[in-house]
Amino acid sequence: MRRVVVTGIGLVTPLGGDVETSWSNIKAARSGAGTITRFDASDFQCRIACEVKPAGHEYGFDPNKRVDHKVQRQVDPFIIYGIDAAGQALEDAGLTDMSEEERFRAGCSIGAGIGGLPGIESESLVLEHKGPRRVSPHFVHGRLINLISGQVSIKYGLMGPNHAVVTACSTGAHSIGDAGRMIQLGDADVMVAGGAEGAICPIGIAGFAQARALSTNFNDTPQRASRPYDKDRDGFVMGEGAGVVVLEEYERAKKRGAKIYGELVGYGMSGDAYHVTAPHPEGAGAFRAMKVAMERSGLELSDIDYINAHGTSTPLGDELELGAVRRLFGNNIANLSMSSTKSAIGHLLGGAGAVETIFCLLAMRDQIVPPTLNLDHPSDGVQGVDLVPHHAKERKVKAVLNNSFGFGGTNASLVLKAI
Amino acid sequence: MSETADRVKKIVVEHLGVEADKVTEDASFIDDLGADSLDIVELVMAFEEEFGVEIPDDAAEKITTVKDAINYIDSNKG
Repeated sequence: MRRVVVTGIGLVTPLGGDVETSWSNIKAARSGAGTITRFDASDFQCRIACEVKPAGHEYGFDPNKRVDHKVQRQVDPFIIYGIDAAGQALEDAGLTDMSEEERFRAGCSIGAGIGGLPGIESESLVLEHKGPRRVSPHFVHGRLINLISGQVSIKYGLMGPNHAVVTACSTGAHSIGDAGRMIQLGDADVMVAGGAEGAICPIGIAGFAQARALSTNFNDTPQRASRPYDKDRDGFVMGEGAGVVVLEEYERAKKRGAKIYGELVGYGMSGDAYHVTAPHPEGAGAFRAMKVAMERSGLELSDIDYINAHGTSTPLGDELELGAVRRLFGNNIANLSMSSTKSAIGHLLGGAGAVETIFCLLAMRDQIVPPTLNLDHPSDGVQGVDLVPHHAKERKVKAVLNNSFGFGGTNASLVLKAI
Repeated sequence: MSETADRVKKIVVEHLGVEADKVTEDASFIDDLGADSLDIVELVMAFEEEFGVEIPDDAAEKITTVKDAINYIDSNKG
């Protein structure tokens, strides 16, 4: 089977409009959470989110760098974040100027969990108040989930597979895993893969709050709200942004002397077959996804140094995931670190798995694991595991596991190792 | 330059993201200003909103330049 490596990365997060700003803020234990500014949320149960900051902010995002003015007007935020992160990744990989022959073998797999919810909401109001002839002609293709892949393929001339995963909060991990398979099987030599989300809008916040998924106890102290594994956790904080990687066939990358962040060695998938929103009570799906990813990787359990957990800060999910990790890793758990960067940037839903994969790669590059913020009073069930509370920690990081689990009971785990 | 022309040009600049000096009266939306057919639908909607006119589809199809838009609006606004 052909080998797959990561040769470029791109990020738009609540802690930065690029990779290095986001990562340095993550390492510095900063939080991207705050009171919602996109709309007046004062009468909402949840009034906080991890928003991408505007250009001009200390760690803001400037959409004008890589996204045409016209496109910005036509599409929802998740597409803008995705195009930018993809551009960053291609620039980082040095692949913005490929020959036509190369571009026939280069594709896109960038998905989202929900897609253009803000635009669906606002155009529905236009339809209601002004009638059908006032609905934007760009309404459909400005909201569709596969339109990051569509826009990126057009902008960079990528004529290989054009794919977009939609598996709720597992999207980013599935996108990278599926794209890796396409390279392994020879459908492409280069894949621009990842996930994005931008669903911080009234219907998005109200919908997740009504599903009892969001934190509502920390509206006055937003930076304390996302607290995975802590006794006082009460739901996730919605984030937004995008993470995109360039995956490349190993021999091709080696031949052109590309910088290699790591090799994608394992990918495991499973379905809970249990409940639409609640995780399986024994974490059975999470366990099987991780087990398959580890078996595929050819690594020993003892090789894994760091797990970037799904760890959303919901009362049920965090401990079930940890229980599954404990069962799979057994005594090896004593030697690994596991943290949830959702404590800093919130839950990026369809973007989460990709953003967190990039943090895993950076952990290997810098030999440092990012912290779990707000872990003031660990739950009883999380003892005996290094959850990297409060501060980043320097340590050996040669192989990593990233977990993502989504509504519908969809689970994906990725294993990456340093080369 | 008429007041209508000023307002039309402003809308075109905003919607198509082009430099203001490229939006001459003779400029064709598609050939000179990089618009596609959907952009024209959007421009026509914006003209309707701005000037309170209705531009039916058969009339919209004939609006291909900035001047066409200005003339249609001047002849039809209330």
